[in-house]
Amino acid sequence: MTFRGVGQDILFLLIVTALVRPTGTYLALVFTGGRTWLDPIVQPIERALYRLARVDAALEMTWAEYATAFVIFGLAGTLALYAILRGQAPLATPLTPDLAANTAISFSTTATWQAYAGETTMRYPTQLVGLAGQNFLAGAAGLAVGIAFVRGLARDGAMTIGNFWVDVVRAVLWVLLPLSVVGGIALMVLGVPMNFDAYTHVTTLDGAAQTIAQGPVAALEFIKQLGTNGGGFFNANGAHPYENPTPLANFVEMLAIAGLPAGLTYTFGRFTGRGRDGWVLYGVMVALFGAGLVAAHSAERRGTMEGKEVRFGINGSVLTAVTTSNGATGSTNAADDSLTPLAGAVLLINMLLGEIAFGGLGSGIYSILMVAMLGLFVTGLMVGRTPHYLGKPLRSVEMRLIVLYTIVMPLVVLPLTALAVLTSAGLAGLTTNGGPHGLTEIWFAYTSAFANNGQAFAGLNANTSFYNATTAAAMMAGRFALGVIALALAGTLGRSRRRATDGDVPTDTLLFGGVIIGTALIVGALTYAPPLVLGPIVEHARMVSGVP
Amino acid sequence: MLWPAVSLTVALMLLTGVAYPALLYAVGLISIPWTAGGSLVRDPSGRIVGSALIGQPFVSTRYFHGRPSAVGYDAAGSGASNLGPTSPQLADSMARYAERFRAANSLALGAVLPPDAVTASGSGLDPDISPEDAALQIRRVALARGARVDRVAIVVAAHVTRPTLGVIGEPRINVLRLNLALDSALTPR
Repeated sequence: MTFRGVGQDILFLLIVTALVRPTGTYLALVFTGGRTWLDPIVQPIERALYRLARVDAALEMTWAEYATAFVIFGLAGTLALYAILRGQAPLATPLTPDLAANTAISFSTTATWQAYAGETTMRYPTQLVGLAGQNFLAGAAGLAVGIAFVRGLARDGAMTIGNFWVDVVRAVLWVLLPLSVVGGIALMVLGVPMNFDAYTHVTTLDGAAQTIAQGPVAALEFIKQLGTNGGGFFNANGAHPYENPTPLANFVEMLAIAGLPAGLTYTFGRFTGRGRDGWVLYGVMVALFGAGLVAAHSAERRGTMEGKEVRFGINGSVLTAVTTSNGATGSTNAADDSLTPLAGAVLLINMLLGEIAFGGLGSGIYSILMVAMLGLFVTGLMVGRTPHYLGKPLRSVEMRLIVLYTIVMPLVVLPLTALAVLTSAGLAGLTTNGGPHGLTEIWFAYTSAFANNGQAFAGLNANTSFYNATTAAAMMAGRFALGVIALALAGTLGRSRRRATDGDVPTDTLLFGGVIIGTALIVGALTYAPPLVLGPIVEHARMVSGVP
Repeated sequence: MLWPAVSLTVALMLLTGVAYPALLYAVGLISIPWTAGGSLVRDPSGRIVGSALIGQPFVSTRYFHGRPSAVGYDAAGSGASNLGPTSPQLADSMARYAERFRAANSLALGAVLPPDAVTASGSGLDPDISPEDAALQIRRVALARGARVDRVAIVVAAHVTRPTLGVIGEPRINVLRLNLALDSALTPR
């Protein structure tokens, strides 16, 4: 880590911190129906959409209705995208039914895991209507669930947690679309192409023939970050110079990932009237993010430039990898597979902890609140009282949901990893690397799929029916199982009455921030220590000792 | 539940997947057609020789060379080697790249090389090299062009892009732009 690297990291965190209050305030305004200066432009569109969909915007939903709408909306997006993928005129890589289904699920769950290479597989209309469209829709649905979760915590004796259709429409019209217009234009100014030209055939300066892939890249590039999706227009994703032409463009893209999820901690404070609690959550995020940065930077002191781009260097590649792995966004600007074992482990751990440092759009806020409530329960056991969060008792019904939420990930990711390691269909994916690194590659794939992240140790050949089916299952579980459990908890907490209590563990203190971090790390370590040792740590030992 | 899901999916996909790209496309076409068109660059005769953003293969001694590429600078695709840090193949390829670089530039067997000169990039299309990489190629390029080393060094120094605000990114040199500048500054008489 150099002086310049530290400077870039600090500048990034300072800007994200400065964005927390304005973005959080704006999000709170949008999802309480407050007035914004965008109203004259987008309100007519909003009304037209409600008329078309026959939605009564004033009618709120119970958690079960909200969750049903969330799942059906996700499935509708999956089917629409599957139809587009299967319907397009074939290119170099055929979109087989299993690849199309995997991709359709991947983009409608914000995982945007890619078992294909964009420039040889997708037509321009598919990239726009299918993939960019789902980037908006799935991103908006994630934000809606996050907002509904916060509403549940904020309400007192209420049966409803909002209207899913209204939340999705407002997320698109007031948040994702206007920001993407500004961000998309900014990226174009910085060099990202936006054309519908045929691939350019040139004779290079030195007389070689070169074909250069083109496309409407800018329309996908910004929303893929803002919606914490991450699937690239090109195979190399964020490393491709057309997706990420300059370090400044990369910096802007990283801010697009972290800005809204960081702001949601402030929205949480506004909704619940507990601003300090929100800042404690934000502080935990920064601490975990910073710890990951320090660990990855120091691991990469042994690193090479293999898989990295000169304009970003090791510093910019590490900042980006830590941001994307925490942010449920797979848009890395370097080949993760070639990172040092411990830097790769940092990315893996960021995802395994549930992507709680900023996190995915909407999912980040409920992920960290789940850990916070689990921590509160543990401390409650120590003092022998029923824990309360924001004055709401965490009884057995709530704790069951929180524990269920916590164990779904290991229950999905670890058996699938074991299955792949034990079958020839799984091992066939290890075409580039083997040994402990191969284990990490497979484990990383299922973790990334479940965490709806989508970044990969791309040496794994994942476009086989085995991996297309199993990663799709992990993506569905990570999106819908976690989303529905979170909504169920929101419904339960929204119904329960707030109590004025004394003698509870205060949740707006530095100490409670420490409890959250401790809980995340202890639960993570207890769950994942064995594969961490067998994969990255063994590989690190081998690298240090020089054993091939 | 079904009708709102279907109708909103279709309507919002049209809004965000058709109307939004159309708006960006129009803005690009009107205000920044060059970058929107892929930053294509021409030589003095007006022939398109590539994109300023996309690396291309250079083998002639009179040109600065880009980094090793896992896809051979085939810009119809993109990609990295994805070799793990302890992969024997990675060690082999790094040794091979180093040998090639030293031979091309008549460097001593044990000469220390900058990391970007011996590794394949993330995209396979990296348009840049580090100033350290370029410095080791100056002598060879000058010799091939019959130019003075310090004249080539001046052109190289003028093409170093510094980090934004001093901290965002790394110092770098765009290889295609550097070679185009050499062609116009040091035309052989």
